Amino acid sequence: MIAPVDLRYTREHEWIRLQGDIATIGITDHAQEELSDVVFVELPDLGDIDKGSPVAVVESVKAASDIYAPIAGEIIEVNMDLVADPAKVNTDPYDTGWIFKIRVNSPEQVTELMDAASYSGMVS
Amino acid sequence: MSDILKLSPLDQQHRELGGRLVPFAGWEMPVMYDSIIAEHRAVRESCGVFDISHMGQVFVSGSNATAWLDHLLTNEVAALSPGNAHYTFMLNEQGGVIDDLILYRLGDDLYLLLVNASCIEKDVAWLEEHLEKGITLANESAEWAGLAVQGPKAPEIYTAITEGRTLPSRNGVDDLKHEGERLLVCRTGYTGEDGFEIFCPAGQASRWWQALLAADVTPCGLGARDSLRLEMCYPLNGSDLSPCRTPLEAGLGFFVASEKGDFIGSDVLKCQKEEGCTERLMAIEVTEERAAPPRPGYAILDEEGNALSVLTSGGLSPSLGKGIGLAYLPVARAEVDTVVSLEVRGRKISAKVVKKPFYRK
Repeated sequence: MIAPVDLRYTREHEWIRLQGDIATIGITDHAQEELSDVVFVELPDLGDIDKGSPVAVVESVKAASDIYAPIAGEIIEVNMDLVADPAKVNTDPYDTGWIFKIRVNSPEQVTELMDAASYSGMVS
Repeated sequence: MSDILKLSPLDQQHRELGGRLVPFAGWEMPVMYDSIIAEHRAVRESCGVFDISHMGQVFVSGSNATAWLDHLLTNEVAALSPGNAHYTFMLNEQGGVIDDLILYRLGDDLYLLLVNASCIEKDVAWLEEHLEKGITLANESAEWAGLAVQGPKAPEIYTAITEGRTLPSRNGVDDLKHEGERLLVCRTGYTGEDGFEIFCPAGQASRWWQALLAADVTPCGLGARDSLRLEMCYPLNGSDLSPCRTPLEAGLGFFVASEKGDFIGSDVLKCQKEEGCTERLMAIEVTEERAAPPRPGYAILDEEGNALSVLTSGGLSPSLGKGIGLAYLPVARAEVDTVVSLEVRGRKISAKVVKKPFYRK
């Protein structure tokens, strides 16, 4: 299981990369391993979102899993590449397998999320 | 019923292989090891092995066993010669499916019923309720392990792991002693591929499992078992079959010997045959590109958006790369090429009724 140190993590197995006030969000290596074979990603609608709201769905062969907004803000972009190639979530979860971007209301809240060491401890 | 899950005699092997263990019919069984899609492909292209130790083995013997079973099962038992097997149904008085099973005729007066894990108790209770003098029932489900070896390479694998034996012909069963232990070998399966199922004393399971893995057979879980059977439109009891549905409604009249004389449920089936069913289990294929996979329970709508039914099975077909499912549709809509839509999280995706099975070689 890989968990890059420059990212933040949630209990729901999402990762957050903050650049300025833009947070890029995807699911962790551990999550994609658990799901296996991602065959469909239902991408979020653009617009304002509350922390903890279900915004997207990642579907493997066996099940559909909700993805929650890890932080409040405005969804400004979604990864359209996943429409044609949802398996990027498996093969490249921290880079080309990203799911959506949020312009966050309070960037400092991101630092309250788990760091890589805490997340690794949680899933081990 | 105990809440504690039963463990397969191969539990240790599943854990060592990193199998994802899930509750299934009171057992803890692997849903997959690494990838359902890869396991599915291994069976279609090469060979895979499934642990089916959760399934039930009920032996029936007695000089009147054939006539007794013919009264309890839909297919014609008297027409089954020793050393052969067939698919059949056990029905309630209303013609509904208690269980679908494979009946193996091991001798003139000796049969094995291979039944679904979730149905062992109710099947045995039903058989006991209808017991006749001279019939001996033995539920040996706990003592047996089962392995389903499926895929085009299965016959050569069998020869390799038994040092030269050859498989019985399709639907045949061999009752053997191999290295001093009893071994039932049946050329049957639930995947649409050539292959065989072996049943052995639970203590022998790991020996056969290891031999198969050493012969490069891919371990496969319940996830691939489900996607393989769904591509073939083989029904899953509890989902596509239920005590409220008859085999005729499920489109499985081929396994009902209506001419053989009375059996439990036969009067209802006779009526249904004369009057016609009101609903039929149909195959539905998603026609929209890149759509969400269909799941059991999703609503099916007609072209005007009226609810028609719900999916009893559904999933992405790894072989076809399309969403597929089964559903009971009113006969007026149960025609190939009928356009329907599936409701997925409030959105509609287009689909149509297609001919069974979804997958052909």
